[in-house]
Amino acid sequence: MQGLDTVKKHETPEGIILRLKIAGPVARACAWLIDLSLKGGIGFVLIMVLSVLGTTGIAILLVSLFLLEWFYPVIFEVTSGATPGKKAMDLLVINDNGTPVTFAASALRNLLRAADFFPVCYGFGLIAMLINRDFKRLGDMAAGTLVVHAEKETAASPVRNIQETVPIRPPADLRVNEQRTLLDFAERGATLSRERRIELAGLLSELTGKTGEPALNELEGYAMWLYKGKTT
Amino acid sequence: MRQEHFETINAAFWTNYERTAGHLQTPSSRRQVQDAYNFPRLYRKICNQYAIALSRQYSPALVNRLHAMVLQGHKIIYHRSAFQPARFVHFFSHTFPDTFRKTIGCFWIALALFLTAFIGTGVSCYYQHDLIYSLMDESQVTDFEFMYDPANKNHGRTAETQNDTSIAMFGFYIKNNISIGFRTFAGGMLAGAGTVFFLIFNGIFLGAVSGHVTRLGFTQTFWPFVSGHGAFELTAIIISGGAGLVLALAIIAPGNLTRTDALKQAAVKALHLILGAAAMLLLAAFIEAFWSPVNVPVSIKYAVAAALWALVIVYLSMAGKKWT
Repeated sequence: MQGLDTVKKHETPEGIILRLKIAGPVARACAWLIDLSLKGGIGFVLIMVLSVLGTTGIAILLVSLFLLEWFYPVIFEVTSGATPGKKAMDLLVINDNGTPVTFAASALRNLLRAADFFPVCYGFGLIAMLINRDFKRLGDMAAGTLVVHAEKETAASPVRNIQETVPIRPPADLRVNEQRTLLDFAERGATLSRERRIELAGLLSELTGKTGEPALNELEGYAMWLYKGKTT
Repeated sequence: MRQEHFETINAAFWTNYERTAGHLQTPSSRRQVQDAYNFPRLYRKICNQYAIALSRQYSPALVNRLHAMVLQGHKIIYHRSAFQPARFVHFFSHTFPDTFRKTIGCFWIALALFLTAFIGTGVSCYYQHDLIYSLMDESQVTDFEFMYDPANKNHGRTAETQNDTSIAMFGFYIKNNISIGFRTFAGGMLAGAGTVFFLIFNGIFLGAVSGHVTRLGFTQTFWPFVSGHGAFELTAIIISGGAGLVLALAIIAPGNLTRTDALKQAAVKALHLILGAAAMLLLAAFIEAFWSPVNVPVSIKYAVAAALWALVIVYLSMAGKKWT
């Protein structure tokens, strides 16, 4: 499954390989649409309020519209890592090395937005993203930035949903990746329906020698055994 | 070691780590020195535990949790502080003029493109009185004729903006001119095609207006009006173009580097140029709004213009140089 995942690996000086989950064009387009409507709203309010304030109002209005057009994303990305639209889509802008985006990188990727937008509606940006391993648009390439899915809060205690299960020693020696698959299955149980879990457990009836619900209990027992060993 | 035992003996440490990291991500005024002092040690330990969890094939949920903690620490340790006022001053006193001189080749190319279009169109429009109508539509020509007609009081303003105050025009010039600079720059990412287009387009446009109004004999209003702010505005537009060409050059001829690496290196220089150019355009907008329309004798206008051009040239060629 590694080849299918859009994960970029970055090795830190500590010798740890960070796994950064790159965001694709669809999530980013949704984020852009949210930002666009938000900018439209802000622009509308500015026009309504400032145009009644006379010529000084017009000056402030024009400067505000200029800042809104070019620096709206920069301000949000530098202060909190993402524009409101990206936040709504759980996206985050980071440097290639996994650190929060700097002012220079953010300014560059947003100034070059004009090139990505060319010829219409992010045509070049989309082409660049689709032929690029890391879904980078032109601005991201020059600035050395990535748009990633933000890390979700992880569960405090893994395998918590099968804490009550009695550990069962697996009948055969399992290879490490097979052990990991069993643990993964037990942990993901909370996100699957009972019927689906029984159905999945049925696939391993050769190993468990059981079908239906007993097969599921058997597999979760194996996972528990791998997790905590033989209970005394 | 079984996973459960590993989790049990480390649970307190992980809570401590997450609390410390949480504190360090709050605004700097509320951070504790002690947390910052301890954090690198905690971070190295978390990195170590993540590697152990991976090699022992612990469950994905635990591995993911440790990965999230490593990532959080990585952001704190390697985060570069965003804004320092001292660097802001240093940028204009050293970085910008220095980068300009290092990439002056691209500036000359941009200038040549612009000037060729400007002079070519200017001379043609001066001798061919109806040529301008092939380049822009009639209402635009009328606007420009109106703007520099000596019979009108406020030079440089069209019939609609005749009564606008200088401050409103200041806002307009900021929005319009800096946007032009940014677009000229961004065009560099299209292998320079966009930059070349905007430079020639602006050259033709300004050349046509200059040639046309000079032919009409509005020289006493047009040239004194544009010569002052032109020092900053035209130079900055050419620098924006040069910045775009710096990017384009990295894409077209990356040399010994990969295109991505060449682009990233060039982008640092290009960003310095475009930010400097934006500041110059801001200054130009100020001069254009508040000084250029002022009614003073033409000789004073030209004297100020000469001083401004000299200032720009001296600044770009001398500022930040080391004298040995």
